[in-house]
Amino acid sequence: MQQKAIDRNNAVIAIKDLKKSFGELHVLRGVDLEVYQGENLVVLGRSGTGKSVLIKIISGLLYPDAGEVNVLGREVETLNSKDLMELRLKVGFSFQNSALYDSMTVRKNLEFPLVRNSRNLRRKEINVQVERVLEAVGLSQTIEQMPSELSGGQRKRIGIARTLILKPEIMLYDEPTAGLDPITCIEINNLINEVQEKYNTTSIIITHDLTCAKQTGDRIAMLLDGQFAIQGTFDDVFASPDERVQSFYNYNFTK
Amino acid sequence: MDPNIDNPESPKPKYVVSKRLDSMFYSIYHAYQFILRFFREVFVPPYEFKEIIHQCYEVGYKSLPLISLTGFITGIVFTNQSRPSLANFGATSWLPSLISIAIVRALAPLVTALIAAGKVGSNMGAELGSMKVTEQIDAMEVSATNPFKYLVVSRIIATTFMIPVLVMYTAFVALFGAFLSVHSNEQTSFAMFFSQVFDSLSFLDIFSTTFKSTVFGFTIGAVGCYHGYNSSKGTEGVGRAANSAVVAAMFLIFVEEIIIVQIVNAFR
Repeated sequence: MQQKAIDRNNAVIAIKDLKKSFGELHVLRGVDLEVYQGENLVVLGRSGTGKSVLIKIISGLLYPDAGEVNVLGREVETLNSKDLMELRLKVGFSFQNSALYDSMTVRKNLEFPLVRNSRNLRRKEINVQVERVLEAVGLSQTIEQMPSELSGGQRKRIGIARTLILKPEIMLYDEPTAGLDPITCIEINNLINEVQEKYNTTSIIITHDLTCAKQTGDRIAMLLDGQFAIQGTFDDVFASPDERVQSFYNYNFTK
Repeated sequence: MDPNIDNPESPKPKYVVSKRLDSMFYSIYHAYQFILRFFREVFVPPYEFKEIIHQCYEVGYKSLPLISLTGFITGIVFTNQSRPSLANFGATSWLPSLISIAIVRALAPLVTALIAAGKVGSNMGAELGSMKVTEQIDAMEVSATNPFKYLVVSRIIATTFMIPVLVMYTAFVALFGAFLSVHSNEQTSFAMFFSQVFDSLSFLDIFSTTFKSTVFGFTIGAVGCYHGYNSSKGTEGVGRAANSAVVAAMFLIFVEEIIIVQIVNAFR
């Protein structure tokens, strides 16, 4: 991957001692993390280790039990509804199952966040922005289609386009390649990199797909037993002698 | 951050008495918070006029065929069932009065509300439930849109406004059905029939029916949205949300009917 300009002095997301439990299940047990401006951070881990919980806390969809979550200089857990809405304009969230509004066409899906957050926009301007963002994900021809008529890969792309329309500073991807064939996975990985370059976003990519991690991640953070056990480049992380890391690697590449 | 009452991950209180009893009181408290949130958000801009109009169309216009058929049949059947009893006393001329009172005071609001609970309530429960389990509601939230306002407030407003309109419509359709039955058996003219109908009705009847149907409308919308918006456990949860929405709305409609009738009778 091409060397990118990552500002290591500017942490756009800073998490300190984050804890989250669901009943007796302690998912996050004191997570510390910093994500820097312009960086693609991949969070790896097995299913059920709290990867999605982490980004849902960052976007304010879930509440932490303890700890601090600072996003773009604001403590998420202390924000009121209005301030949280403002912050969310700057944080895009791409859902694992795309979460497209199934009663709306692709056009309406993309318009939805734009119309709700820029109520004075003219129809012409809305159309231009929708077409521009669809072009960015390479799906201009689907504009009048319903989500049910799209393939899994197309749905992922439209989901990403819907977040891009608000021009976010941070992108959170929840399992972007889950359930896709290898070729479509590579296309999605390329799209993530293109989005980062074109929109200059900072991204957190949640995945357990090592190909996705290798292609998109500037840095890898491995979530094990509710904490980030190891962080670094892809090669650094998997050079670790930690048995849990090695078994994760071996399972992905020797299965 | 405001306490998110709809967050399924929010901590539940420890059991005080027993799991079932605590769960029941917790549900009542949760529903109360839901209704409270509706009243907190309904008067605060931005107002979702487009969505409200769309929902009025869904609730009102799309219910018309079913409501028309049911209302019409109710009018005919009720007239045919009442006729023999009045005929025993030679009082079939009282049919229009009896029918108008029965239809306007009780049958039209109840029949309309029960049909709407089945059709609209279950639809809302299933639609919002499906949106919840497929993360569409979360997607709205992260798009800096208030999903409660867009989805819930607009639907409750729509049912609250449209059910009274549907009740009036049902009453007229049922009265028309009754007229056809009376006309074919007693040769009563249209003018005579409706003259007797309106003579038997008072302002209190119209007011109480309008008030009652507004309450029913609010109940159908609120219950449907509550169960849908708080559904969980995947597709099974969606089915359960739709089912619970209908059962709870019908139960509450009967309870409200009893209470309102008692209050109105005190003024009669």
